[in-house]
Amino acid sequence: MASYSTNEFKSGLKVMIDNDPCSIIENEFVKPGKGQAFNRVKLRNLKTGRVIERTFKSGESVEAADVVEMSLQYLYNDGSEWHFMDEASFEQYTASGETVGDAANWLKEQDVCTVTLWNGAPILVVPPNFVNLKVTETDPGLRGDTASGATKPATVETGATIKVPLFVEEGELIKIDTRTGEYVSRVKE
Amino acid sequence: MSAADSSEDRDDWRPTASLQALRLRAQLLRVIREFFAERDVLEVETPVMAAAGASDANISSLSTTCHVLAAARRLYLQTSPEFAMKRLLAAGSGPIYQICRAFRDGESGRLHNPEFTLLEWYRPGFDHHALMDEMDALLDRLLAPAPVRRLSYREAFIEHAATDPFELDTQALAALAARAGLNDALGGRFDRDALLEFLFSHLVQPRLGTGRVHVYDYPASQAALAKVRAGEPAVAERFEVFVGGIEIANGYHELNEAAEQRRRFGEDAGTRRRRDLEPMPPDERLLAALEHGLPDCAGVAVGLDRLFMIAAGETRLDAVMAFPVTRA
Repeated sequence: MASYSTNEFKSGLKVMIDNDPCSIIENEFVKPGKGQAFNRVKLRNLKTGRVIERTFKSGESVEAADVVEMSLQYLYNDGSEWHFMDEASFEQYTASGETVGDAANWLKEQDVCTVTLWNGAPILVVPPNFVNLKVTETDPGLRGDTASGATKPATVETGATIKVPLFVEEGELIKIDTRTGEYVSRVKE
Repeated sequence: MSAADSSEDRDDWRPTASLQALRLRAQLLRVIREFFAERDVLEVETPVMAAAGASDANISSLSTTCHVLAAARRLYLQTSPEFAMKRLLAAGSGPIYQICRAFRDGESGRLHNPEFTLLEWYRPGFDHHALMDEMDALLDRLLAPAPVRRLSYREAFIEHAATDPFELDTQALAALAARAGLNDALGGRFDRDALLEFLFSHLVQPRLGTGRVHVYDYPASQAALAKVRAGEPAVAERFEVFVGGIEIANGYHELNEAAEQRRRFGEDAGTRRRRDLEPMPPDERLLAALEHGLPDCAGVAVGLDRLFMIAAGETRLDAVMAFPVTRA
């Protein structure tokens, strides 16, 4: 089984901690002038997103996590599972609703997402930073109001609800920043 | 060399320290030399390459091959100038100090560089408390004024980790270390001292505050080269100095009995064998000097790069080193 020694630790390295795959965020070498050397490490649990701190004796080895990040095209949702495809190999991957989580708000068929695979199975789905989605439901537009800064709720084709400016109309395509869930602009089709 | 390395815009030839930081280094070095000149402490130089390296199993020496009188000899780069300086003391040098490079393999990070600058000085007739007084007089000239405290190792643990390090058994220390995030602390792979070192560096040190703290009287098992004072419990007459929670100095009321020194070398050799580390022969010239007679004295080593980093208000060693190992 592959493993990494503490002297190979660097940010981005994927290791197994308490049976979960984790990514190293920060690695600090701690050594008293006299005495045992340690590596104090900050890690992100890739399944839960939680950040943990763990200290290792320097020189100790930690099991590597078989984790890869792939760009996969989102195909469809069959009601319980979400299906993705590698556009190069046509290989398909399925993720549970739990794995997709909040990313479901922004997944549009044929968009390319970053999917983290652990032992070949998706554990994390990150949508593109910006997506264009159609407004399916919102109060009638207040034409010409581009200055007041007031907002109203709008539902988009994925079912998510976001705040949009008053002038946005039903049926329009809008650009959304998926990292904040905020409206960016209208998009001409 | 990869294509990226040879690109025209590479800038890894540049120093990582600002010119302002380098000027501060030069200025503080001048202050240190003035301090010792005023007090009639003699500046000395001893070899960086020596026949024996550090016996301490937690310190890894670098070595080189040197051709002397047609014979190839393996020489170790000093991890501190301690042994050579003690030979000078035994030869009757009186108080001495040295500013030199020291080398420790594998030590690299925000607060470590495998090659670093040490100030080390020895005071015949001083014990560790008298040397802490002199340390304060020197630091008062180098650093901005800050509160100064002196805590015994035991008091520091009780105050900051709510634990008496001399009372808790190894099992309880392991449980405490596991809660503080030490991987596999309960797996039985850590000895008592490693657990104490973990707890000290992770629980006590970060809570020592922004000022200057001397911690003294360490567990006898962590005596290194300090005298052990009998008592309940026996303690090592060793001290460390922390500024803003960062260790900058380690000092001893120096062990000066040859037989006890030989016993500790033997203990280190045993630890090295158990950990499957390279054996390190005892420094016979140091032992001969101790047999001749080392005056009762105290000595301390100060990591100057860290001290300069603190004086410059920086948080990384490379901010005050012209070229850290990554750019050497």
